[in-house]
Amino acid sequence: MNQTPALVRVFAYLSLLTIGGGMSAFPEMKILTVEVHKWLTFPQLIHLYSVGQMAPGPNMMMIVPIGEWAGGVLGAIVVVLAFFGPTAVLTFIVGRLWNKLEKWPWRRSIQQGLAPVSIGLLLAGCFTMAKGAIFGLETATIAVVVLLLLLNYKMNAALLILVGAFIGVLSFTP
Amino acid sequence: MSETDTTLVLPRKADTALVQAGVSIGQIFLEFLVIGATSFGGVVPYLRGSLVIKRHWIDDKEFVEMLSISQSLPGLNASNMAILVGEKLRGAMGSVAAITGICLPGAVIMYVVGMFYRSHGDHVWVTAGLKGVAAAAVGMILSTVVGLSKKALTNKFDFVFMVLTVIAVNRLHQSVPRTLIAVGLLAILFHRPRKERKESVGP
Repeated sequence: MNQTPALVRVFAYLSLLTIGGGMSAFPEMKILTVEVHKWLTFPQLIHLYSVGQMAPGPNMMMIVPIGEWAGGVLGAIVVVLAFFGPTAVLTFIVGRLWNKLEKWPWRRSIQQGLAPVSIGLLLAGCFTMAKGAIFGLETATIAVVVLLLLLNYKMNAALLILVGAFIGVLSFTP
Repeated sequence: MSETDTTLVLPRKADTALVQAGVSIGQIFLEFLVIGATSFGGVVPYLRGSLVIKRHWIDDKEFVEMLSISQSLPGLNASNMAILVGEKLRGAMGSVAAITGICLPGAVIMYVVGMFYRSHGDHVWVTAGLKGVAAAAVGMILSTVVGLSKKALTNKFDFVFMVLTVIAVNRLHQSVPRTLIAVGLLAILFHRPRKERKESVGP
């Protein structure tokens, strides 16, 4: 079955939810790609998201493999266009209007009001992911140590995730 | 781009002088292509290093302003910044060049990673490593949440709005648009303009 229209719909919709960061769209990405369309499994989604954090550039390029699995090369291209197109147009328009909006008192209200909601969305995405990624003392320890290191030292996040991979191999290889 | 970007503080003022005019579309594409290929662990410091410090295409004040727009709108910081900087330098074509450049390397890398994962994803070492990777990613996202909270949550009601959002999505299984409309509107109304209008009347 041709998945292209569904890929466009799903990823254009998800792109509009990425307020605060890509993680904000994660709960609905799980519902749509895993439960509704069954393009991949929940563990696969978690793996792709996590590995994608090590790649350079925008941190949601893990959508490319989802598009490729569901619809081949065309699927991969379609997914990128659908995911970056709508928000790109929106940002372009708002960017041009931004200075004119400076005098509008609600601009500040909207920014201040959206800040706690976008942080909540990130946290909700994080909890959804943690349900599949944290399942014992080892994984919980890795997450806490990474959190503490990033909060207290200026470290490269991609490097820490790579270290996580080595620790994973050491602790989970039978 | 990593979600940890936003937790970074800008260390020092860069040269605000000499914002170059007449940057070509090709130069924009190439510069963003390099950023897209090298920005491991978070795009924002690389963007600043390249656009503000090395090229002087924008100054620090513009950079912070653009970052604040990028964070308020849907879309990733990396791609929104590319759109805004591209637009400033060369209009719509500049935006297209910048976002294409910054997306291309990561997209190609993840395409290859995806094919490798599909054929070798069930290898014992790979599954073991991925468990560590996923756990580390959870820690990374949490650090972003903490970093953003320190900067953006200014009073206790902001914490309430944040918690309400989490409950709506995780516990009540509400969609993000519904949550945004309900909690977002509440929060925006809470932060509604008050008395500032009197001050902003003057020229």
